[in-house]
Amino acid sequence: MNSSIILSFSTAHVLSDALYYIVCGILATGVLLGIHLMSRVEKAHLGNKISALAIALSIVITLIKKDILPVWLIYPAMAVGLIIGLLLAKRVRMIEMPQLVALLNGIGGAASAIVASFAFLSLYRGDELFGRTTASLAIVIGTITLFGSLVAAGKLHKVFTQKPVLLPLHQPMAVSLVFLLLVLVVLGGFFSLMPSSVLLTAMIVLAAAFGLIFSVRVGGADMPITISLLNSLSGIAAAIAGFAVTDILLVSVGGIVGASGLFLTQIMCRAMNRKLADILLGKTALQENKTEKEEVEEEQTAKETKPVDPVAVIKNAKKIIIVPGYGMAVAQAQHLVKKLAAKLTENGAGVKYAIHPVAGRMPGHMDVLLIEAGIPFDVVYEMDAINDEFKEADLTLVVGANDVLNPAARNAEGTPIYGMPILNVDQCRNIVIFNYDLQPGYSGVENPIYDRKEGLWVIQGNASDTLAEVLDKL
Amino acid sequence: MALLQYILIGVFVVSTVIGYLLINNVPSRLHTPLMSGMNALSGVTILGALLATATALSSNNPVVGYVFGSLAIVLAMINVAGGFSVTNRMLKMFGRKKENDE
Repeated sequence: MNSSIILSFSTAHVLSDALYYIVCGILATGVLLGIHLMSRVEKAHLGNKISALAIALSIVITLIKKDILPVWLIYPAMAVGLIIGLLLAKRVRMIEMPQLVALLNGIGGAASAIVASFAFLSLYRGDELFGRTTASLAIVIGTITLFGSLVAAGKLHKVFTQKPVLLPLHQPMAVSLVFLLLVLVVLGGFFSLMPSSVLLTAMIVLAAAFGLIFSVRVGGADMPITISLLNSLSGIAAAIAGFAVTDILLVSVGGIVGASGLFLTQIMCRAMNRKLADILLGKTALQENKTEKEEVEEEQTAKETKPVDPVAVIKNAKKIIIVPGYGMAVAQAQHLVKKLAAKLTENGAGVKYAIHPVAGRMPGHMDVLLIEAGIPFDVVYEMDAINDEFKEADLTLVVGANDVLNPAARNAEGTPIYGMPILNVDQCRNIVIFNYDLQPGYSGVENPIYDRKEGLWVIQGNASDTLAEVLDKL
Repeated sequence: MALLQYILIGVFVVSTVIGYLLINNVPSRLHTPLMSGMNALSGVTILGALLATATALSSNNPVVGYVFGSLAIVLAMINVAGGFSVTNRMLKMFGRKKENDE
């Protein structure tokens, strides 16, 4: 079907079909090699470059093989996209990575949906079941990805409320939309009853609606899962669009992305003890709207809640675990945390960092934030590697974290975090918490650790102010 | 279904399975760069966008086709360029720290 493009001169003969498929195979292997190198921190950098090279070459050989090289009108668009992409990557702050990834998921989905729309409207005139069905499916999945991602990115960027929004008849609406979309995909594949343009419009509108109502309902703690899932969908949309336009590289690389996103989704689900189906169907336990504690501009200065000076406790501790959370990143306190750790190490204490799999707003986010601050990763431990050490440690310093150490996850049934594995901070003798306030975390669940009578010091306020004060006293 | 379509399905299955197995080995501290790298790879849809745009230009309604095709190219290219570049930025930080330690 690609051979229908007729141009004044042809570059297609440069690459015979056999050679083209061999090159495609090599390039797909290059992408896989790039991902394989990501399994070692030292090699990951190289892996990324190999993947990038493979994609660049994929573009070149596609231009050659499909006779697009002389179509100069495509180059301005490529240049515009290149510049916007590079600027985005340069400007984004590390704390904003989840929004960026969410946004790029959506952009990828949109591009695939447009490509599939082309295939749907113009490539298949007759009854070509395979082509028309895959095109319909890619349109639907791509559009869902776009609108779902825009809402997720908006929530993360605080353009919309971060709380789950439940519309009237939310669940029945979602289920009927899925059903209608399935009907449309089947109609798109089999029948020519409706004009293609009507079908296409219906698919886009309904898929957009589903994407929106799927994402507005996701709240707080489920965000890392949602981003991973949308990441996967953006790949699947690309792969299916590849079926529709018969492009072997698109199918292969799209499949890899889809698998990766799915894998991360599973990890995130496991880390939070959530079932994927529950999230898809929106069984996000809504936070009971407890009468919110008045946040009347309390004095934000450090307020020691115990007669014993926490500074003394920090000074005397020999084995210290630091639990960084998203609050630390918001307060831009990474560098102060690093200074504090350096000071403590100087005084002869052993300092380790404990990272919960969902610390931050996406998988691995906290690791990136710590490494950006210059904290070496050999003192940074994942939850499973360090969880048994809390009971032996002299002191746990919590900086801007809440949900990931909330013991309510163990027993408070019906709350959004119930069943989520947590850091065993509550088993530690002494805990000093640097949090902005005593409000519940992102999940909206009260943290009973604040009620502890002994060995707990809560220093409220902006972590960069309170940490600086403590540092001065050390 | 044509032979080519069976081949495509085979390619899809094989890529997905191998991709899944490889990603299994990526340490969790690299999951954020992994995801942004996947963003870049999902921009591979630019291949389809280029093809669709070129096809539309030689059709009987070239303007509409060109507008939407260019939009798809721009979007996909943002993913490719932005994704790889931001991943590179993050991984450079990981590399730099390692060198300083030793």
